[in-house]
Amino acid sequence: MILDIIISSLINGSVYALLAIGFSLIFGVARIVNIAHTAFYMLAAYGIFYGTSKLGLNPVFCMLVGVILVTLIGLISYRLFIDPIREHEGAVLIATIALAMAMQEIMLLLFSGDFLGVPSLIEGYRMIFGVKVAYQQLLTFGVALLVMGVVLALLLKTRLGLAIRSTAQDREVANLMGMNESRVAMITMGVSVGLAAFSGAVIAPLTIVNPFMWMHPLIMMMAVVVLGGLGSIKGSFFGAYILGFAEALVVFLIPMGAYLKGSVALSIMILVLLIRPEGLFGIAFEEER
Amino acid sequence: MGILGFYLRKLYTVFRGEVLVLPSRVVVLLFFLVLLLLPVVTQDPYLLRILILTSIFAIFAASWDLLSGFTGQMNFGHALFFGVAAYTAALLNLNAHLPPWGSIPLGALAAVLAGLVIGIPCLRLKGTYLALTTLAFPIILMGIVFAIPNITGGELGISGLDRLSGSRLTDYYIAIVLMLGLATIMWKITQSNTGLIFHAIREDELAVRTAGINTTRYKLLAFCLSGFFAGISGGLYAHFMRIAGPANLEITMSFTVVIWAIFGGVVTIYGPIGAVFILNPLLEFLHFWPKLRMLMFALVILLILLYMPNGLFPWVRDKIETECPRCKIRNVATRKTCRVCTAQLD
Repeated sequence: MILDIIISSLINGSVYALLAIGFSLIFGVARIVNIAHTAFYMLAAYGIFYGTSKLGLNPVFCMLVGVILVTLIGLISYRLFIDPIREHEGAVLIATIALAMAMQEIMLLLFSGDFLGVPSLIEGYRMIFGVKVAYQQLLTFGVALLVMGVVLALLLKTRLGLAIRSTAQDREVANLMGMNESRVAMITMGVSVGLAAFSGAVIAPLTIVNPFMWMHPLIMMMAVVVLGGLGSIKGSFFGAYILGFAEALVVFLIPMGAYLKGSVALSIMILVLLIRPEGLFGIAFEEER
Repeated sequence: MGILGFYLRKLYTVFRGEVLVLPSRVVVLLFFLVLLLLPVVTQDPYLLRILILTSIFAIFAASWDLLSGFTGQMNFGHALFFGVAAYTAALLNLNAHLPPWGSIPLGALAAVLAGLVIGIPCLRLKGTYLALTTLAFPIILMGIVFAIPNITGGELGISGLDRLSGSRLTDYYIAIVLMLGLATIMWKITQSNTGLIFHAIREDELAVRTAGINTTRYKLLAFCLSGFFAGISGGLYAHFMRIAGPANLEITMSFTVVIWAIFGGVVTIYGPIGAVFILNPLLEFLHFWPKLRMLMFALVILLILLYMPNGLFPWVRDKIETECPRCKIRNVATRKTCRVCTAQLD
């Protein structure tokens, strides 16, 4: 029981962390609240489903192609619909909502609303302290940690990462220092969508693929980001595991818990915000005037 | 007789001088007249039904604008007010046998309470934090609704409420008159001193505080007012559809109201109402392609935003009217000089 809770919270937590880091990045750099973020996650899951079940391709190959394709779609939709209206915050907001809706409807048209399953990359399981742990679960967890490590290295060790971090801190000054702000935003969008696609790809075998699968992760991801502090990678990381753990506890321990899991996680977020309005690791920015 | 004639002539002069000179005012007048006189021409139940729902949603969208447009407190969980009022009205109607004219205002009061409950913790938050936090409240409530199905009916909701009134035509007049009345009240609020403070809070809260105004009180007031109007629309919806269900609290509901309001143009009150009257019937008439309609809806919004990021109605208004540079009074775009101060317009 306890191990079940821990495993489930680690896996959900890693996926929320991947999603939340991507969401935080694009918010930090371009001040875009990308509601369509988890829609890209759904798109990637469908890509894997189509590749493995319909075309019968190698799952790992499918994952790579899927992630690249979804990243391209993300960049194209950013160029077409979001970039031209960047200055109008409200307009960007509903543009991303409309994008998410459009993607959901396209998937509904192509694949209907059926609940679909994706076969695991590796079959089999192993007993750890008497609990059945599928290899797929271990793989998902490991790969998620690995990708987070890569993203951190990208942000902290490379020149591109420096550009992204400085643009997030102060867009105008970064621009004055000779960084091409719109190109940095574009690259960040690519990284962010790529992360979303990746988390969709690794979670697809463990979950049910359907056109509405983006709603719940979206809510959890936003809760994670707010809990951890907007724009803080460390905050997103810890927030994701805290909420993942809370969710797993509720599902396993409380009757009717599956209905209440969102409520409890979100209540935790609100409680933390009452004590620390800028989130766990957020920095209270000087008010822009 | 002479007195009456005098007042009639005066009324006519005011009408010609204040209403007919501006196309936007003529359009608003026509909008009122068409809606009120429509049943004389046709009483098609399907058309009336669409218009009733449209006007209920118009109240809802305008109430979002009152809170989020005017005070800038981005509320992503506006469905909370709608759902709380709908559920309260439904429970009061079924268990206490209150008629609609009692249950709808009480539902709206429950929504005001909800506004206070979420307003107090949210006062400390700003901008995106606020938007993402308010998103959480309807979802928390939805979890509770699902967890206690013997009171709330769980996924099925509460059905079998009393009808709004006996006939479709009366329903239509109740919805339309309420919509026009409440919209006028909201517009009046935004034109008053309170509305001015709301504007100022959006533009620069610190400056408002420095001027000795208690912004906390005004933000709470905005939450409560907006909750009240949204609550009335929620109660009307529950009684018209005769069901209050979890669909009223869904995240889609909160997003739709944001889409309507921003599409029509925020900080206007008339913008969201106009947007609902365009988008909602559009969605109904797209039912020839049931599978494509939400997709078309999304694409229409994306394309229109590319050309008018400030919203449809401010864009149209800027095309047909210009503001006098000297006295800030609006004029028809065809005029060469201002109608009041005769300054050159360009």
